[in-house]
Amino acid sequence: MKLRRSMLFMPGSNSAMLSTAFVFKPDSIMFDLEDAVALREKDAARILVFHALQHPLYKDIETVVRINPLDTPFGLDDLEAAVRGGAHIVRLPKTDSADDVRRLEAEIARIEHACGREVGSTQLMAAVESASGVVNAVSIATSSPRMMGIALAGFDYVMDMQTERGDGTELFYARCAVLHAARVAKIDAFDVVFSDVNDDDGFLKEVDLIRRLGFNGKSLINPRQIELLHNAYAPTEEDVEYARRVVAAADKAEREGLGVIALNGKMIDAPIVNHARRVIQSALASGVRK
Amino acid sequence: MKIIKEAVAGTLESSDLLVKVAPGLPDRLDIHIRSEVMRQFGAHIRAVIDDTLGKLGVTEGDITVEDKGALDCAIRARLQTALLRSVGDVKIDWEKLQ
Amino acid sequence: MKQELIKDQLALFQSNPTLKGLKPFESFYAGAPYLKDLQQKLGRKMVQTLEEAVQRTGLKDGMTISFHHGYREGDRTINQVVQLLASMGFKNLTLAASSLMSCNTPLIEHIRSGVIRRIYTSGMRGKLAEAISNGLMAEPVHIHSHGGRVHLIQSGEIAIDVAFLGVSACDEFGNANGVSGRSRCGSLGYAKVDAKFARNVIMLTEELLPFPNTPVSISQDQVDFIVKVNEVGDPSKISVGAARVTSDPRELLIARFAADVIEYSGYFKDGFSVQTGSGASSTAATRFMEHRMRKKGVKAAFALGGISGGIVELHKKGLIAKLIDTQSFDADATESLRTSPNHFEVSTNEYANPSSKGTYCDRVDVVILSALEIDINFNVNVLTGSDGVMRGASGGHCDVAAAANLAIVVCPLIRSRIPTVVNKVTTIVTPGECIGVLVTDHGIAVNPRRPEVEQRLKDAGLPIMSIAQLYARALEISGRPSPIEFLDKIVGIVRYRDGTVIDVVRQTKPMD
Repeated sequence: MKLRRSMLFMPGSNSAMLSTAFVFKPDSIMFDLEDAVALREKDAARILVFHALQHPLYKDIETVVRINPLDTPFGLDDLEAAVRGGAHIVRLPKTDSADDVRRLEAEIARIEHACGREVGSTQLMAAVESASGVVNAVSIATSSPRMMGIALAGFDYVMDMQTERGDGTELFYARCAVLHAARVAKIDAFDVVFSDVNDDDGFLKEVDLIRRLGFNGKSLINPRQIELLHNAYAPTEEDVEYARRVVAAADKAEREGLGVIALNGKMIDAPIVNHARRVIQSALASGVRK
Repeated sequence: MKIIKEAVAGTLESSDLLVKVAPGLPDRLDIHIRSEVMRQFGAHIRAVIDDTLGKLGVTEGDITVEDKGALDCAIRARLQTALLRSVGDVKIDWEKLQ
Repeated sequence: MKQELIKDQLALFQSNPTLKGLKPFESFYAGAPYLKDLQQKLGRKMVQTLEEAVQRTGLKDGMTISFHHGYREGDRTINQVVQLLASMGFKNLTLAASSLMSCNTPLIEHIRSGVIRRIYTSGMRGKLAEAISNGLMAEPVHIHSHGGRVHLIQSGEIAIDVAFLGVSACDEFGNANGVSGRSRCGSLGYAKVDAKFARNVIMLTEELLPFPNTPVSISQDQVDFIVKVNEVGDPSKISVGAARVTSDPRELLIARFAADVIEYSGYFKDGFSVQTGSGASSTAATRFMEHRMRKKGVKAAFALGGISGGIVELHKKGLIAKLIDTQSFDADATESLRTSPNHFEVSTNEYANPSSKGTYCDRVDVVILSALEIDINFNVNVLTGSDGVMRGASGGHCDVAAAANLAIVVCPLIRSRIPTVVNKVTTIVTPGECIGVLVTDHGIAVNPRRPEVEQRLKDAGLPIMSIAQLYARALEISGRPSPIEFLDKIVGIVRYRDGTVIDVVRQTKPMD
């Protein structure tokens, strides 16, 4: 059960950041070849990321590469670099339909064959950034066995919706749609970037909201946000205590060959046990909430 | 790979490097390196550059590197980018960039 | 009447053996001739020109001159005085400047021309340091710690003939402090020592204030001559390190780890004491500590240093009871020294001299220090870069590390491809046995000598690694650096705080 609370965005063209980012220990690192990279640096960023992916210190962190859309001059070359470089996940921006995913899948399989990478090993994350994407979220999320997550990207989406970023009201439906799609497809759901790096209170408010909604994690643009996010996602002492009791009860039931797990006279079913295991895993990863 | 035109890649920011490649004199491969960490890593940087050029089959040209403490992966990446830019539109052979 | 007095006394002295060796009274002004004349009595120390003051001290070739570095990069005293001495034809002087900065580059010329033959200092930077590292001087410079300087002065090895003390303002008798006048530098901790031990003290002042000038940091009873000059220093250039908290995520990460280490070290109790350095991570660490101090209801009894604005803020918020100041790093610290009754100035002798009767650094619980290099035995180098060239200062590093209950070194694992964790430091300034914990952005290593600290930090869930692992990680990222080649010539002698030689700096071999 991989924790994916924090996905740190890094511009693929920034050599200094690529050389040092592994210290921040987010759950995943996303090398961006798309919006963060100027047009005339697309080629440079691609090669930089290709090499960074193979650096031994990035082997321990889950790596994601956001390629340019396939209908740009850059997308296909980006994909070659990402797959051949060994990225765990390719993030497709501006995913509007399941067809977009299937096109991408075909190209990835071709490249995996060509370079000897295990076919199927490169996973996908679809970023939904428009009304179409949101409305097609379920079909996108269920379109491929490679799909491990679906992310909402706020900036382009609100423009498509003819509004602007505000207190979150403008993302209300999109967040719910993406979440439900993720749960139907049994994949992870990721929330939008919070761009004001100096507004810790605003950031924490948004994190609290999306955590309660059920998002697995969030895209981050500054390493400082990682600790704040991990702490907000950390279970409380009581949560951990209870989770331990649940898991103990489940283990006991398994040992004794009982079909039903009971705790305090109540029946505990599988989703509760899974949740408890996630809580414990979270606590192991970053302690209890401070 | 043959260098056709002058090209530049990278920046002078800390942990990066600026690479300039140009056609140069015939049958000559001239490499000039200036680095903030020349004493400690000069020889090593030269080795990385030689290896990168070798894998791409570059035997002629004028290569200038101004290094600000970049790691090996950045050195390779910037040099390869400059070389690719210097030959114009070419299909990347990813094996050679490994 | 007077004649009779003298006649009587002479008779007394001639007849009585118990008075042998003593002298008879002559007049009330015999021992203090200046009392005869009003202008002399009050204004005798005021000298028109620096040149005249120098002449009156009887300074000769080969003697020792000294300076303080309260103005850091804004110092204007050293260069102007040495320039004058050069024009007056002095040669072979020993320069005992408490520290030298990159603004002292003009000294290169005076070294070359033979005005200065020997240097004792805490550190040097910029072109002057490069030139000396490359063999400019025939005699090696002596690098000492802040406390060690006082020890050398007391032992007589540094025998200051003339101390040139630049102050912002003083009265006509020489009472001076660092908090009056236009160019305030804050604590005069270093200058106080020179004033006490120098044979002659020339005070250079920008401003004369009415007598008596208070508070009295340097007292009139130690000052020989006073010269009014245009400038002694530019306080705007004092500021060391970050005045505001850094926003660099790496520095913040290190700062957070440092605050974690302090919190779980076992020393984080009400009434604890702390010293922080001037680097960005140190200043940021104080900001992180505030939150933890409030949460746990812990207040510090005092902070020692090296005082900067971040510490002053905690003091103002009531989280640190007293500030003990040997050097003020910025305008906030200077202003606090001026106005807060619990922020007081101490001399370097009181701060860190191991042979003084009591130093404040002996009373410190936790200190945060920096490092240019630290090796797998925790030895620290704050003097030479990994290229072998001097670019830092011994400062108070080895003093406080030796005396504090827990010394924490903070630094990034790698700076622009150069590993800070190495197999063997280029120059040892502080021995490893004094260092308790190393905090880097890649993880924390605890000296095996402190197993109880290691256990506490591990129990708190901090990322503890062995220093060997950190070393391996550094190599993995940057690659193995080529060893620097040195010539035989010794250009620097590193004196530990007790005066012994802990290491030497050799001239680097020129690159071809």
